[in-house]
Amino acid sequence: MYCHNPDTIETSGGKPYGVEELVQMVLKVKPYFGKKGGVTVSGGEPLLQSKALVPFFKRLKEEGIHTNIDTNGRILNSFSKSLLDDYADLVMLDIKHMTEEGYEAITGKRNMQTALTFAKHREASGKTMWLRYVLISGITNKPELLHALGAYFKDFKTIEKIEIQPYHKLGIHKWEALGWDYELKDARENTKEELEAAVDILKAYFKEVKVN
Amino acid sequence: MEVKQFKNGIWTKDINVRDFVFQNITPYHGTYEFLVGPSEKTKSLWEVCKVATKEERQRNGVRAVDTETISTVSAFEAGYIDKENEVIVGLQTDELLKRAMKPFGGFKVVQKALQEQGVKPNDNLTELFSKYVKTHNDGVFDAYNAEIRKFRSLGFLTGLPDNYARGRIIGDYRRVALYGINALIEAKKVDLNNITGPMTESVIRLREEVSSQIKALNEILELGAKYDLELGRPAETAKEAVQWTYMAYLAAVKEQDGAAMSLGNTSTFLDIYIENDLKAGLITEEEAQEFIDQFVMKLRMVRHLRMAAYDEIFAGDPTWVTEAIGGMFEDGRTKVTKTSFRFLNTLYNLGPSPEPNMTILWSQELPQNFKDYCAKVAIDTSSIQFENDNLMRAQRGSDDYGIACCVSYQSLGKSIQFFGARTNLAKTLLLAVNGGRCENTGKVMVEGIEACDCEYLDFDKVMANFKIAMKEVARVYNDSMNIIHYMHDKYYYEKAQMALIDTNPGINIAYGIAGLSIVADSLSAIKYAKVKPIRNEDGLTVDFKIEGEFPKYGNDDDRVDALAANAVADFNNELKKLPVYKDAEPTMSVLTITSNVSYGKKTGATPDGRASGVPFAPGANPMHGRDCNGAIASLNSVSKIDYKDSLDGISNTFSMVPKSLGSDETDRIDNLATIIDGYFSRNAQHLNVNVLDREMLMDAMERPEDYPQLTIRVSGYAVNFVRLTREQQLEVITRSFHESM
Repeated sequence: MYCHNPDTIETSGGKPYGVEELVQMVLKVKPYFGKKGGVTVSGGEPLLQSKALVPFFKRLKEEGIHTNIDTNGRILNSFSKSLLDDYADLVMLDIKHMTEEGYEAITGKRNMQTALTFAKHREASGKTMWLRYVLISGITNKPELLHALGAYFKDFKTIEKIEIQPYHKLGIHKWEALGWDYELKDARENTKEELEAAVDILKAYFKEVKVN
Repeated sequence: MEVKQFKNGIWTKDINVRDFVFQNITPYHGTYEFLVGPSEKTKSLWEVCKVATKEERQRNGVRAVDTETISTVSAFEAGYIDKENEVIVGLQTDELLKRAMKPFGGFKVVQKALQEQGVKPNDNLTELFSKYVKTHNDGVFDAYNAEIRKFRSLGFLTGLPDNYARGRIIGDYRRVALYGINALIEAKKVDLNNITGPMTESVIRLREEVSSQIKALNEILELGAKYDLELGRPAETAKEAVQWTYMAYLAAVKEQDGAAMSLGNTSTFLDIYIENDLKAGLITEEEAQEFIDQFVMKLRMVRHLRMAAYDEIFAGDPTWVTEAIGGMFEDGRTKVTKTSFRFLNTLYNLGPSPEPNMTILWSQELPQNFKDYCAKVAIDTSSIQFENDNLMRAQRGSDDYGIACCVSYQSLGKSIQFFGARTNLAKTLLLAVNGGRCENTGKVMVEGIEACDCEYLDFDKVMANFKIAMKEVARVYNDSMNIIHYMHDKYYYEKAQMALIDTNPGINIAYGIAGLSIVADSLSAIKYAKVKPIRNEDGLTVDFKIEGEFPKYGNDDDRVDALAANAVADFNNELKKLPVYKDAEPTMSVLTITSNVSYGKKTGATPDGRASGVPFAPGANPMHGRDCNGAIASLNSVSKIDYKDSLDGISNTFSMVPKSLGSDETDRIDNLATIIDGYFSRNAQHLNVNVLDREMLMDAMERPEDYPQLTIRVSGYAVNFVRLTREQQLEVITRSFHESM
């Protein structure tokens, strides 16, 4: 409904690359990773290609490169489990909404439970996870939703921080270019006060709350 | 001097500042949090300077000018900004921002510059210089032949220092503080005695040079006396060390008005005195910062008298007071000290500024706290640049060096360089497709290149012709350089600066090229696409039609990046074959200053699809807008040019929007430091960093009065954005601003 990279949603098309070809591209920029850099797969939804990601991430680990998946956590198959357990140093899990209805309204699918199960699976692996939450006034920015989010995840030990993504309209022109209807046209960007209030609520539950 | 307080070494017997620093430095690994703001005196002094610079802008760039006196080391009475608040004293003339005549480079230039201000030199001087005194400029044009004049006037060779001072020489200004003038005079007298016969031309010349150096040292004593300073003896306190060093530099900029008058590597040296005084409880941190703030303020107020045309090649009235900060010693200790931080802190205490041209000698091994602070300063001010210390130290051999002008390594007190501006490599390439004729005038520049009338350009043929053209252009370039430096030594010898350098130092001759990205992309288009030349009735190319795609320099594509790297190597090899005045070692840079705009104007359409007259990219940068695979791909392309083929420097000016570096300050600092580490780990040499939004620059064009100190890195130096011409501002705005990594 509001993806800022709508051009990456389409699952057909794009340019096919072999694993080794991608690894070579990564190695060219490796000197710039420093201590914190690495490879993040994003999208769209990168786990739609989870089968191909396994050998790619395996090679990256062999090269000593930090790996990260930016996902909405709605695909939990044997390949994505393997990534979660063995090959992804970091998972950035996007929590769309804390009610099934809200989740469906945003994504068109009833997948909230899968995303929560996904998070539990990662928690069981003991490896690092960040949560991300897009703040849209009137849709996801309600105190009860933020409290529900905090209450659900407060005991997860693998969660290092939660990143609030203030809703922005930078992606609208891309939707228009694709000839798609942008349903959130009327939503407005968050005020400073709204952001501060959301941070205050989440601070009670998470080690670190960051506004992106 | 109480030498006791310092650790002795080679420096106590010989003149060797590097050894003094090596023995006595206190490297600093901590954070910037010890830094303090400007003192009341500094603030009040800087207010006076701000008013004066505003007046300068209002008066068409010149606040005041002297028409009576030839500027020499000891000319003019003492001048002050506001004596009561001045901790570090000394001005070039008797008044703040008053420019002085230095006519030995060329009297006509002085006349022109004055005429543009509506004044003229004293009649006696005019008579003297038109009848009796010969200048560097007169000498050069006596010796120039028709061929050199043609290459010069048609824009194949541009910006040559043949009517202005060559600059680029860096005196080891620290010597005056460490040894005092008297000891330096004694040492030069010993040298002079040791220069014995047979009296060949070079021996005679050297004897004459050393004798004039001794005279200059006496003049520096006189200059000091005007300000009640005893420069004859070594500095004893931190304040004196700063003051003595500044006086030595002041002597240089009173005598010479070279385009670039670098300062060297003074911060680490000065830190030794400051540390001593702090430990002894003689000064506070506030005073230490005050010395540096006021020193830097003085450096910001240095001015030279220039004519308007000068602005085309060196825009924004730069002086290149380049100070190299940081770096590592060969034993693995860092040269970063608290005073490295104090220098950078002036950009906060006095606000951003292009001068002094602060250059970080960056090594992956620098203390992380210093790296982070440098990244922060770059992000906050866009006023500093970075050079690869590991690379230069390893390949050039000294860990005590400064940066001459923009990007060029120069070991301090041990060697000098002869500045040579640059040749237009894009026009050289056009000779290859125009039968050796100038694309604008049809004049034959190079014999022996076959005219090609084929429908499409053939890569092998063009390449063969290009090599002939490079060889011939290199030959003419070398001829002109030998004449220029012979005459500069003869008529405008840098006696004050050379007095602070070893007798008979190593010399490198600093050639340069412009238009590299155009050459690379043009050759790539010819090789990988089909390029059809459009010719006028004289058979000269006026345009090129490109059919198909071709890889462009700046996208980390080896096919074209190799063409760029090879062009640099090929031209450098041609230059290396030629004989050089004083047996200087040939080196070359890929650097344009701001002349990329004027070079573009003089260059017809090129086979890469660039239209006639369009500005070049600066330095070794990819052409504007063609590096579209992100910032890292762009950096990787430039890093493929081998430093050994371009030892005088490879300039890359890099602009990013703040957001692309991260969402908050910590991320941005972290990412910028990591990018610089990454770039230099690939043996790249230089990086200018701008972290700016294009929108802000556009606003500054409309409302310059709101941005008096807005500083932007252009090509090896920084400028006050509002002092650029509108054309140059527009060119800066069209450059690539990377929005993603």
